Amino acid sequence: MKFVRGVFDKIEPHFEKGGQYEKYFPLYEAVESFFYSPKTVSTVAPHARTYSDMKRIMIYVFLATMPCLFFGMWNTGHQANVALAAIGEEAMTGWRIGLMQAIGFGLNPDNILSSMFHGFLYFLPIYVVTMVVGLFWEILFAVIRGHEVNEGFFVTSILYVLILPASAPLWQVALGISFGVVIGKEVFGGTGKNFLNPALVARAFLYFAYPAQMSGDAIWTPVDGFSGATALGITAAEGVPGLANYDITFWSAFWGTIQGCLGETSFVMCMIGLAFLLVTKIANWRLVVGCTAGTIGFSLLLNLIGSDTNPMFGMPFWWHMVLGGWAFGLAFMVTEPVTASHTNVGRFWYGVLIGFMVVMIRVINPAFPEGMMLAILFANIFAPLIDWFVVRANITRRAKRNA
Amino acid sequence: MAQTRRTYLVDPLVDNNPITLQVLGICSALAVTSSLKVSFVMALAVIFVTAFSSMFISMLRNHIPGSIRIIVQMVIIASLVILVDQILKAYLYEISKTLSVFVGLIITNCIVMGRAEAFAMKNPPIDSFIDGVGNGLGYGLILMLVGFVRELFGAGTLFGITVLPTVNNGGWYVPNGMLLLPPSAFFIIGLIIWAFRTWKPEQVEDREFKIQTVEAH
Repeated sequence: MKFVRGVFDKIEPHFEKGGQYEKYFPLYEAVESFFYSPKTVSTVAPHARTYSDMKRIMIYVFLATMPCLFFGMWNTGHQANVALAAIGEEAMTGWRIGLMQAIGFGLNPDNILSSMFHGFLYFLPIYVVTMVVGLFWEILFAVIRGHEVNEGFFVTSILYVLILPASAPLWQVALGISFGVVIGKEVFGGTGKNFLNPALVARAFLYFAYPAQMSGDAIWTPVDGFSGATALGITAAEGVPGLANYDITFWSAFWGTIQGCLGETSFVMCMIGLAFLLVTKIANWRLVVGCTAGTIGFSLLLNLIGSDTNPMFGMPFWWHMVLGGWAFGLAFMVTEPVTASHTNVGRFWYGVLIGFMVVMIRVINPAFPEGMMLAILFANIFAPLIDWFVVRANITRRAKRNA
Repeated sequence: MAQTRRTYLVDPLVDNNPITLQVLGICSALAVTSSLKVSFVMALAVIFVTAFSSMFISMLRNHIPGSIRIIVQMVIIASLVILVDQILKAYLYEISKTLSVFVGLIITNCIVMGRAEAFAMKNPPIDSFIDGVGNGLGYGLILMLVGFVRELFGAGTLFGITVLPTVNNGGWYVPNGMLLLPPSAFFIIGLIIWAFRTWKPEQVEDREFKIQTVEAH
């Protein structure tokens, strides 16, 4: 490590004010703070004394996604291998399958390594494209605006990859992350100044721009000729009992052995990540409680109302929680501190709003079977307003007390 | 007068653009820009209405009582809009169907009222006419830019002629569906404003709120 420090010390003067590469200081800073703790301290409000700096927070969130990531790789490969076994030889095309067979892993759905590696081959290109394109924009803005490249992008990139379908075309992945980073974050001044979650902005962009590749029946398992609706799609058409016809049980949805986006299928893995974030106090428990309460409350109400034509009305809340992006969104996006409300009371109501909107969109809006993404973006916009009401209420209460 | 007739015409294009600087007339810019042809007709209609309404209002400006001036302006603007609407229905029926209610809504387009109040009430008819044409052109310019992006990348065509052959028609281009939805125009107008203000930094507004930095102790 002494050698690395020595290299940095040697080249640092070139990047400082007056140095030869002064313009590229953000780039230098990014690489240096990747190896060592940042030297700078925050000069802007709010001030809090803690050992946890932004870098550590971001790395913790990154670590928290690891269970989802590894499980997601296995599941993607597993689903693909199962589908390949069912369809047979004619679907065995593409470089991934060639590589799998050349290495000798085979395409056995029961072999954990084979499934894991197959999933990895889907994950890796998407992740590489996301990192390269996203970092290009980050560094471009950092150099022009003279701020540092931030670890926040590591979190954005991994979250974005985990909520994409495995079959997403790479150029769309690149376009999506460009939109997310530039419009979702950089135009507002960079990390910490965005009011929408950049990963969700990127995902929403793709959802509306390229619905054929981002929704429907054919995309969730990346095998040619395979078609299968998502669990939520099935529920919308046939109700919860209909899921049994497709071999989806509560426990398979709970553990996540169903098809879906790369890393969001498993309720358990998301909850492990969430527990880690709660213990390290990066996630605020009020957000989690609020969102859960909102989901349970509103879905119970809809259960009571009932409907003859819309089977989603009868969907119990425990199914809402294990299907689609609910668990992943709750663990990593609802709890995101910047775009959530900033007052404690506000955090609770912000959570409730998301829980309510998810069920609302899933059940009442026939156009969108999945609601977590849109619900969180919707609540992001309302977060400052919720804070405003909380602050006003506090002022009124104190005025009354001292009147 | 420092301002000449040329500046009346040229100023609203970039330096004082009604959409990008004054942020007026956004609604129709969102609604009618999904194809260039429609944007073009809409731009022509607005140029016509702003130019002639400004001219007529300017002619009458010394006879319009201040207390009812808005009503008189509205009567003039509304008559012109009805005229445009009837012409479109007679000669360009298909496009008038696409534009539907938005032709009628030119009456409420803030640019038309804005020029009448801010300029035509105080200036002679010919100047007002040129000012109306200029502002209509400024509006039309943005409309065409937005329409260009939305039609090219949303449908792969320009004025209905295929430029990027789409996948559905056997080509290679996968159209961006979001650009066909009206909200996409928000992003495009935002990006145009960004580009304009980078080009002309004097258009950048002062910050309303600045994050406080603490002095080093």
